[in-house]
Amino acid sequence: MLERIYKAQSTMNAACETLGRQINIMEVCGTHTVSIFRSGIRSTLPDKIKLLSGPGCPVCVTDQSYIDAVLTLSERDDCIIATYGDMIRVPGEGGSLETKQPGANIKVVLSSEDALQLAKDNAKKIVVFVAVGFETTAPATAVAVKEAAADGIDNFCILSGHKLVVPAMRALVSEKNNKIDAFLCPGHVSVIIGYGAFAEIAKDFGKPCVVAGFEPMQVIEGLAEICRQLTERKAEPKSIYNAVVTKQGNTTAQKIIAECFETADGYWRGLGKIAKSTLKLKDKYSRFDAFKKFNLTETAGGERNGCRCGEVLCGLIEPQECGLFAKSCTPQQPVGPCMVSSEGACAAWFKYGRKKRTQ
Amino acid sequence: MTKKSGKILLAHGGGGQLSDELIREHILPKFKNDTLAELADAAKLNLTSGSVCFTTDSYVVKPLFFNGGDIGKLAVCGTMNDLAVSGAVPAALSLSLIIEEGLEVELLEKILTSIGETARQNDVNIVTGDTKTVEAGAADKIFINTAGIGTRIASVDLGYNKISAGDKIIISGTIGDHGMTIISQREGIKFQSKLKSDCASIAKLAQELLENNSGVKFMRDPTRGGLAATLNEICRGSMLSIEINEADIPINPTVQAAADMLGFDVLNIANEGKLVAVVSAESADKCLNICKNNELGQEASIIGEVIKNSDAPTVEMTTKIGGKRIVQMPYGRELPRIC
Repeated sequence: MLERIYKAQSTMNAACETLGRQINIMEVCGTHTVSIFRSGIRSTLPDKIKLLSGPGCPVCVTDQSYIDAVLTLSERDDCIIATYGDMIRVPGEGGSLETKQPGANIKVVLSSEDALQLAKDNAKKIVVFVAVGFETTAPATAVAVKEAAADGIDNFCILSGHKLVVPAMRALVSEKNNKIDAFLCPGHVSVIIGYGAFAEIAKDFGKPCVVAGFEPMQVIEGLAEICRQLTERKAEPKSIYNAVVTKQGNTTAQKIIAECFETADGYWRGLGKIAKSTLKLKDKYSRFDAFKKFNLTETAGGERNGCRCGEVLCGLIEPQECGLFAKSCTPQQPVGPCMVSSEGACAAWFKYGRKKRTQ
Repeated sequence: MTKKSGKILLAHGGGGQLSDELIREHILPKFKNDTLAELADAAKLNLTSGSVCFTTDSYVVKPLFFNGGDIGKLAVCGTMNDLAVSGAVPAALSLSLIIEEGLEVELLEKILTSIGETARQNDVNIVTGDTKTVEAGAADKIFINTAGIGTRIASVDLGYNKISAGDKIIISGTIGDHGMTIISQREGIKFQSKLKSDCASIAKLAQELLENNSGVKFMRDPTRGGLAATLNEICRGSMLSIEINEADIPINPTVQAAADMLGFDVLNIANEGKLVAVVSAESADKCLNICKNNELGQEASIIGEVIKNSDAPTVEMTTKIGGKRIVQMPYGRELPRIC
C-alpha cells in the first residue's frame, strides 16, 4: 500500500510542479468528505493541492423551505413522517424533527420500503416519506411509489427532495469566480448514472472528472488520476471505482427513475435555483406527491442568521472561515445543515480536522 | 399462582398478594442466596474491607435479546464491569425491575434466568431488589437497574491524576461488536455474517491486571460512545493528550464492514465486554501478556500513548495510510447514512 501511496504522491507532485500553482479539486460527495477526513488523507497531500467540499451531501443542499414543509407536516395528527436519520437534526425555523416532537409521529427509516411498510401498517394515517438523496436513492423511492400504486396504498406519499448531481456541477463550474480545476466525482451516484454522465462537464469546461470509491486508496488514486490529466492538459470522464461503476451506469435504475419522475427546476441551499436539477413525480403518480396532496410549494429560503453553508457548499470558503463555526454552530447545536449531517463538510471538519483550540 | 403463560398485571407491582407470588415463585428461585431469602427491606452485608466502591446503571436495551446476550446478562455484567475497572472486587448487586403491564411472564422468566446464571458464573449475588409495574405504554416492556458494591483491592489507587505522559494505552480486544450487533438487530438488517455482542464481565481480567502489578494507572470500560468517548474522557480528566494508531486497534472485519455500510465510525460504537487500561510504559508489555492469557483479552493490543503538549487535550489518531485525524467526543447518537 505504501508503494501505491508514494506513486500517487509523485503524480500529484508532478502536477503541482507543471502547473506551478495551487490545484483546487472539488470533491462532490459527502461520503468522500467523511472518508477523506476519517483517513487523514488531507495531511498526506502536497501543500499545493486543495480539496474543496462540494454540494454532495443531500441533506446539506436541501433548501430551508423544504425542511420547513416537513416540520409543518410533522405537526399534523393525521401524518406520520418517515425520514432518513440525518434529516431529523436539520434545523428549520421552529426547531428540528428531533427536538420538535420526540418520539411521536416521526419515524427514522433506513429505506423507502420501510416507509411504505409503515403506510401499510398504519392505514388510518398518511405516511409522508422525506425522499431526499441524489440519483443513488431515487430508484428506491421510485420502486416504493410503483409498489404503492400497484397495491393501492393511497395513504403513502413522498415529499421529493431528490436532486441531480451533474446540473449542480455545471452551475458551480459556470460561476465566474469559481476556482475549480477538477472534480472528484461521487461513487454511488455514478453507479446509477455511469461515469459517462460527466462527459459534458469535462468537454464543455475542460475539467477532469474522475469517479473514485470511498476506501482511502481509491480517493488517493482518484486524486492522482486527476493530477495526471492536469499534467497532460487532458480533461476526461474516468472511473477507478471499477468494482461497481460503468460508463453507462445502471440502465434499469435509470429507466425506473424516468418512469416515475421528471426533471424540474429546484432550489439548492447555497446555489439558489438550478434548472432541471430536481426530480418531481410525474402526473401519473401525482396522488403520491406530498407537495400536491398538502398544497405545499418549495421556494428559496433565506439562510439563517450568519449561516454561510451556501459558500461552504460552493467551495468558496472552508468551514472554519464561517464566523459561526465551532462557536454558535456545533454538531450539538447546528445552525445549518452542513453541520448536521454526518457527511456535511462542517461536521466532518469539526469532528476530524478542526485545528486545536489554542492555535 | 402467576402462570408462566400469563402476563404481568399492574397488581404484580402493588406490594400485595400478586407481588408476593411473583417474588417467591419467579424471582427468588433464580437467585438462591440467604441474604436475599430474608426479603428484608435492606440487605445486611459483611464486607471484608472497609474500603468499598459503589455504582449503579440502568438498562433499557432494545431488542431485549440479541446474539451474544440479553438485557439480563447486560444488567449483571455492566455493573460488575464498572466496579472492576474502579479497582474493586464485586461483592453484591441489587436488582430493580420496572415492568410494563402486559409483559409475558415467560419473557420475564427468561430474563430472570439469565440474570441468575450470569451472576452465578461470576460469583456475585443479587442480595436485594425491587419490582414495580407501570401501565401499558409507560415503559417499553422492561427497564432494569442494578447497583453494585465491591471491596477495593488493597494498594490499588487508580485515577486521572495518576496518568502521566509516556503511559501506554491498552484495549483488551475488538471494538464495536456490541453496538453493531444491537443496531443491526434493531433495524432488522439481515447481514449474512453473524454479528455477536461481546457482553461479558471483565472483572477477573481487571483483577489479574491489578494484583501483583503496580503499573496500572487508570481503567474504564468503553460502553456508550465507544473507545472515542473513553479516550476523550481520559484526556479531559488528566488534561493530557493521547495519540493512537489506527492499525493497532483490533476490529472484527465483520463489524467494520457493517459499520462501513451504515456510515458509522467504529470508534464511537458501544462495547460491553472490554476494558481500556492506561499503564506505565515499563509495565505495558507485562499488562498486555496478562490480557492475552485471559480468555476475554486474547486480542488485546497497545493502541497508543499519553503525550504532553501545549495545546488543549486532544485525541489524535494516525490512520492506516499514515494520515492524521482528530478523534472527537461522539454526539451521542449515530445516524445511519442516506446513500
